[in-house]
Amino acid sequence: MTRTYPDEPAEEFPQPPRTITDRKDRPIDVIPADDADTESLVEMYLDFDPADRAQGIPPVKEEAIREWLETILDGDCVNVVAKHDDTVAGHATLVPDNEDEHELAIFVLQAYQGAGIGTALVETLLGHGQAEGIDHVWLTVERWNDPAISLYEKVGFEISSAESFEIEMAIRL
Amino acid sequence: MKILLGVGGSELSYQALTETLERVSETGDELTVAVFENGDIDADLETVQQRIQEQIDESGLEPPIRHVEGTSPGSELVNIAESEEFDRIVLGGGGRSPLGKIQLGPIVEFVLLNAQTPVTLIR
Repeated sequence: MTRTYPDEPAEEFPQPPRTITDRKDRPIDVIPADDADTESLVEMYLDFDPADRAQGIPPVKEEAIREWLETILDGDCVNVVAKHDDTVAGHATLVPDNEDEHELAIFVLQAYQGAGIGTALVETLLGHGQAEGIDHVWLTVERWNDPAISLYEKVGFEISSAESFEIEMAIRL
Repeated sequence: MKILLGVGGSELSYQALTETLERVSETGDELTVAVFENGDIDADLETVQQRIQEQIDESGLEPPIRHVEGTSPGSELVNIAESEEFDRIVLGGGGRSPLGKIQLGPIVEFVLLNAQTPVTLIR
């Protein structure tokens, strides 16, 4: 599959770890994550509202959540989490495909949505990806999900295909 | 019930064939297997046909196999189902992205959106 990427690379994104204050004045730490963070991520995804799932992820049942996390916390993936005190409030991930490009996804717990955490997570994930030498990132998003589409556009993603059920977007790092 | 099963050579389409053959041998439904060329699949039509024939032979059933002509297999499947009064179209699909998101290919998507016939997606 050939995917269209923006001609110009994006700006340099901030790298983790960093601490932001969200729009509800909560201090949020955005830090790298790996398989050592499995338990706190399982907890987050068990709390995740199934109505906010996208294209079948995250899975709902604990066993399926664990199996899915095992794939995306693998050594060749890049992950960051947003923590409020000890609670994982959000998670973003880059998973390699067969063409040495990376698929992006992001999840924010309902109680933490609409506070700017998603933007911070995506930017910091891309910064982490830049530091790891990742240069092509794509994602799919449901066409009705306007808040997500504007977030991705604000960060620098461009729509690469809108012919399908989902819109595909891509960014060059 | 008259069932039109589309098989384009993806792993999920073979899986749909297996499941449909099993189901049909229980229900006695009238199955037609429609082979189409899926641009996203590397295998040539002959290889796809051969594998379909093997699976059918194993099942002991003898459903008619026909070819979907033309460059738009989704549209042709919908036409066949309507003009020949099939009760249902069955397709395999819904593969996963690297991250685990379910994705529908263009042929499945076309059939789901355009068929006037009920569609079963096996994934």
